[in-house]
Amino acid sequence: MNNVHNKKRANKSLPFFFKDEFKVFFVIIFFSTILLISTFTFDKVPPILNRGIQPATFPKGLLILIMFLTSIIYYLSFKNPWKKEKKLPKPFFLTILSFILFVIISKTLDFFLAISVLSIFVSYNWGEKRVFYLLLVGIIFPLVVFIFFEMILGLRFPPGIITNLYYY
Amino acid sequence: MMAPLFSSKLLIVLLFGTLFGLILGVLPGLGPTTGGALILPFTMTLDPLSAIVLLTSIYCAGTYGGAITAVLINTPGTPAAAATCLDGYPLAQKGEAGRALGMATVSSTVGGIFSVIVLVFFAPVLAKLAYEFGQPEYFALAIFGLTMLASIGEGSPIKNLIAGAFGILISTIGKDFMTSIDRFTYGINELSVGIGFIPVVVGLFAISEMLTQSTLLDQVFKRVALKAVKLPSLDDYKKTWKTILRSSGIGSFIGVLPAEGGTVASLIGYSEAKRFSKEPEEFGRGSIEGIAGAEAANNAATGGAMVPTLALGIPGSATTAVILTGLIIHGVRPGPDLFREQPDFLYGIFGAMLIANVLFFIFGFFGAKLFARITLVPNKILWPMIFAVSVCGTYSLSQSIIDVWIMLFFGVLGFFMRRFGFSVVPVIIGLILGELVEGTLRQSLVIFDGNWLMFLTRPIALTFFILSFIALAFPLLRSKKQKK
Repeated sequence: MNNVHNKKRANKSLPFFFKDEFKVFFVIIFFSTILLISTFTFDKVPPILNRGIQPATFPKGLLILIMFLTSIIYYLSFKNPWKKEKKLPKPFFLTILSFILFVIISKTLDFFLAISVLSIFVSYNWGEKRVFYLLLVGIIFPLVVFIFFEMILGLRFPPGIITNLYYY
Repeated sequence: MMAPLFSSKLLIVLLFGTLFGLILGVLPGLGPTTGGALILPFTMTLDPLSAIVLLTSIYCAGTYGGAITAVLINTPGTPAAAATCLDGYPLAQKGEAGRALGMATVSSTVGGIFSVIVLVFFAPVLAKLAYEFGQPEYFALAIFGLTMLASIGEGSPIKNLIAGAFGILISTIGKDFMTSIDRFTYGINELSVGIGFIPVVVGLFAISEMLTQSTLLDQVFKRVALKAVKLPSLDDYKKTWKTILRSSGIGSFIGVLPAEGGTVASLIGYSEAKRFSKEPEEFGRGSIEGIAGAEAANNAATGGAMVPTLALGIPGSATTAVILTGLIIHGVRPGPDLFREQPDFLYGIFGAMLIANVLFFIFGFFGAKLFARITLVPNKILWPMIFAVSVCGTYSLSQSIIDVWIMLFFGVLGFFMRRFGFSVVPVIIGLILGELVEGTLRQSLVIFDGNWLMFLTRPIALTFFILSFIALAFPLLRSKKQKK
C-alpha cells in the first residue's frame, strides 16, 4: 500500500513533458501539423473541373478534427490522469531491432534471408536456445512457407542472394 | 439455402475454415480478424463463394474458440471471450471445466444459429431499404457508423473517434479518385495507389500483438485440467435458456451496429445476464448463467455484423471488414444489387455460417481438449512463424516489399496505440469506410451545388445525422450518470 502511495506521488511530481498524456498529445499534434502543412502543397483543380471540394479540403478537415479531439483528451487528462504504463522490457526493444534488421536485409541482401534472420533473432532473444527449434523457425518453416506461396499462389519473391539460387 | 453448399469442395473449405478458426480462436493474441487477414491472399486461388465461405467459417469458429482458453487458462483467446473468463475459469477451478466448456459450446452454437436466422430475414429487408439511399444518405450512414464506434466501442469514445478519423486519413493517401491528384505520396510511386488494407490489418493486429507478446514473456499460465466436455444438465438448461435467448438477441442487435462486434456484445450480454439473474451474487464465482450470457452474445454478433456488411457494404466489426475486403478482392460488390443479382451466392454464405456453427459445436464438444493443447506451443516458436506467414501473405497481394514495410510500421504504431488506450478497430473501420465517406460527401456536394445545408432536406440522411448526434452525446450522458 505504501509503495502504491509513493508511486502515485512520484507520478504527480513528474514534469508535464515526461507524462504519457503529454507525449501522446505532442506526437499526434506534431505529425498532424506536418501533414496539415503538406496538404497546402497538393495541386489544386481548376474550378471548371472541380467537383464539390478541392482534393486537399477533406484531409485538412480530418487533420483539424484529429488535432481538436487530441486537445480534448489532453485537457481531460488534467482531471483524470492516465495510469502509468510499465517500463518496456529488453525483448521488446530487441524485437524492434529485429524489424530494423529485417528492413535492411530485405532491401540490400535477400527477402528470404531477412525472414530467417528475424525468426532466429526473435526466437533466440525470447528464450529459445535449442538449435533444432532455432533451425525450425529460422529455416525449415520459412522454407515451407516460401515454397507454398511460390507453388500454390505462383508468387515470385524479390531477387536476392538466396532467392536467386532457387530461381536460376 | 444449402443447395450451393452441396459440393465436396465447399464442404472441405468449410471444414478447414472451422478447424483453422478454432485454432486461431484458441491461441491468445490471434483471432478471426488476424487469421482472416493472413488467409486472404490464399483465397485468391479459390472462387468467390469458396473464399467467403472460408472467411465466414473462420469468423464463426474463431469467435467460439476464444472460450476454450478463457475457461482453461483464464486468458481469452479472442477479446470477445474476455467476459467468459469471469465465470468460466472460476467454475473450471472448482473441477467443472467440462461443464463450463459444455455450456460455452451450447450457448455459442445457439447464439450463432440465432444470428444466422436474423441475418437471413433482416439483411434482405435492409438491402431493400438501401435502394432508397442516394449519395447523401450513404454519407450520413457512414458517419453514423463511425460515431457508433465512439459510442459503444470499447475504451475512450474520443480516442475511438481519433482512431476512426486516422483510419479515414490513411484512405486519402494516394491519387485522389475524383481528380487523380497525388495526396501524401511525397514522390514515392508505390504510395500513389494508396495504402492497402491487408498491410494495415496484419500490422495492427498480428505484428502489434507480436510486440505485445514480447513484453509478456515472463507470464505463466495456470492451466486447469480438462477430462471431457460435458453437455449441460437439464437443470443448467432450465437455469440458462432465457439468458441464452436474451443474449442471442442482444448479440445480434449489437452485431448489426458498426462497432467492436462480439467484444461489446459479450460484455453487455454478461451484464444483462447478471441483472436478470436470481443469483447475481454467484457471478464472478463460476456462474453458469454468466458463461451462457457472454458466449451466446459474442457468437450472436457474428451473424448480426454480417447484416450491414452484405446489405450496405458497411462492416459491423473488424473481422467483417476483412470479409468485406475479401468480397471486393473477388469482384463482389456488397449492397442491394447483390441481393437481386446473386441470391445463390448470398444463400451460400448464410448456409455456410449455419453449418459452421454446427461444425464448431461438434469439434468443440469432441476436440476441446486437443485444441487446448495448442496453447502449449511456446510463444518463442509460434510468433516467429506467424511473422513469416504475415510477411509472405502481405507481400503476395501486390508483390510489393513496400507493403511489408508498411505492415511493420503499422505493427509498431498499433502497439503504441494499444498501450495508450487507443483501440485499433476504429482505424480498420475508418480505412474501409474512408473512400465511401469522402466519395459520397463530394458527390453530394456536387448534387447540392456546394450547399451543405441541403443535407438537412433529405429525411433519411437527417435521421442518420440525428442518430449520430445521439451516439456522440450518449457516452457523455453515461459518464455524467455514473458520476451521480
